[in-house]
Amino acid sequence: MNNFSYARAADEAAALDLISQNGSAKFLGGGTNLIDLMRENIEQPAALIDITCLPLTGIEELSDGGLRIGALVRNSHLAAHQLVRDRYPVLAQALLMGASAQLRNMATTGGNLMQRTRCYYFYDSAARCNKRVPGAGCDAIDGFNRIHAILGASPECIATHPSDMCVAMAALDAVVQVAGKDGQRSIPLVDFHRLPGDTPNRDTNLKPDELITSVDVPALPFARRSMYQKVRDRASYAFALVSVAAALEIENGLIKQVRLALGGVAHKPWRAFVAEQYLTGKTAGVQTFERAAELELEAAKPFQHNGFKIELAKRTIVGTLTEISTKGVAR
Amino acid sequence: MDSPFAAHSVTLRVNGIDYNLQIEARVSLLDALRENIGLTGTKKGCNQGACGACTVLVDGERINSCFALAIQYDGRKITTIEGLAGAEGLHPLQSAFIKHDGFQCGYCTPGQICSAAAMINEFQSGSPSAVTENLTDAHIDFSDAEIKERMSGNLCRCGAYVGITDAIHEAFEELSR
Repeated sequence: MNNFSYARAADEAAALDLISQNGSAKFLGGGTNLIDLMRENIEQPAALIDITCLPLTGIEELSDGGLRIGALVRNSHLAAHQLVRDRYPVLAQALLMGASAQLRNMATTGGNLMQRTRCYYFYDSAARCNKRVPGAGCDAIDGFNRIHAILGASPECIATHPSDMCVAMAALDAVVQVAGKDGQRSIPLVDFHRLPGDTPNRDTNLKPDELITSVDVPALPFARRSMYQKVRDRASYAFALVSVAAALEIENGLIKQVRLALGGVAHKPWRAFVAEQYLTGKTAGVQTFERAAELELEAAKPFQHNGFKIELAKRTIVGTLTEISTKGVAR
Repeated sequence: MDSPFAAHSVTLRVNGIDYNLQIEARVSLLDALRENIGLTGTKKGCNQGACGACTVLVDGERINSCFALAIQYDGRKITTIEGLAGAEGLHPLQSAFIKHDGFQCGYCTPGQICSAAAMINEFQSGSPSAVTENLTDAHIDFSDAEIKERMSGNLCRCGAYVGITDAIHEAFEELSR
């Protein structure tokens, strides 16, 4: 790990000031991704600005009934919070299914948003990777691409975003609140992460000198009927091959409102807008769910080792929607 | 900002004792404990947050000390395996691990025990897990499935999981009294 300057920011203003002083500085929260990337020499910031003392550790109810989640709330605390368990079980489940207990105790909301892909070729500095080195090429496309994207990929990059929390937040229409030297701005979570296009080196639309202050989850009463389903090689402590975050409101047998997002399939949490549009107003049932899944995955493109994800995604969508509609409450 | 090569003054409160260190910012909490302080009970298994052998408690919560920078834990209350036994003797988990043969080589064991100690506290305070049936229910059963899920961050290459699970069940009974 390269040596680096270290400073602890006392408040938001100090944090923004410090990051603007050094073009190669990064904020440090829980460190569960950044420290790993630094040990692998993928990230080599000249300075780390420790923001863990900033007063961004609260979870507060907003006046409209939504929730403001501080950027430094630890993943474990967020998952265990009563309001999250009651109102957004999909979010609690997504968090609980991620990483390990030790990592969840360290990881922060902001850090979870900012975590980078676990693509093997991104991690291997001997491999060609356009994300690490623009223009170098992509060894995943003709390589062992079992864990890679089936949606939204580009000839430059087929990496996936590894977060579970972000998939649930995408389904819930969360908004990322960001502070910069020009003031505060809001970025809808569905627009926070980027598709690779021809700039796979840029994971998010956050500017280098901006600080995430909170994630706001809007009030969504029907999200009490929501769940997160994660399909992976191991029963625990593994990234998703495919995951589904869904919330469903059914009235008189018809789908009144639905939210659906997929994980493990793209460079960003994949909000299934096509499926949502098809489902709204239709009769709830397996055939409807199957048709919706077909439509959403129509654009899916398999690579040599990940074609199974297309069928897996469809079945997981159907299974998750079926479970919510028949059982009602999360599991 | 300080130079990258600056030695920072860091005070780590470990098992009730303050240790004043002069270390670089990049020293992990794991290395500070083992190399700078000499508490070698905590082990370096993978150094990448994947095995849990480095698990220590910070203000009672379990973390992977390999991913923690020592400098971030200045002034925090840290408990390592060396600090679990009390004046009355071994911690119930330590006794249970011996009784139920919860280890072979012993390398993952300090991490397992520290992790389990914190896990029991998490459970007792009502925190759910990924296998908890109903997130809104106050009552959760301390089942095998719950133990395995909650301990999934601690790997055992020798495969002593059965003994570990049995030990945790027994210690939980003891600690719930």
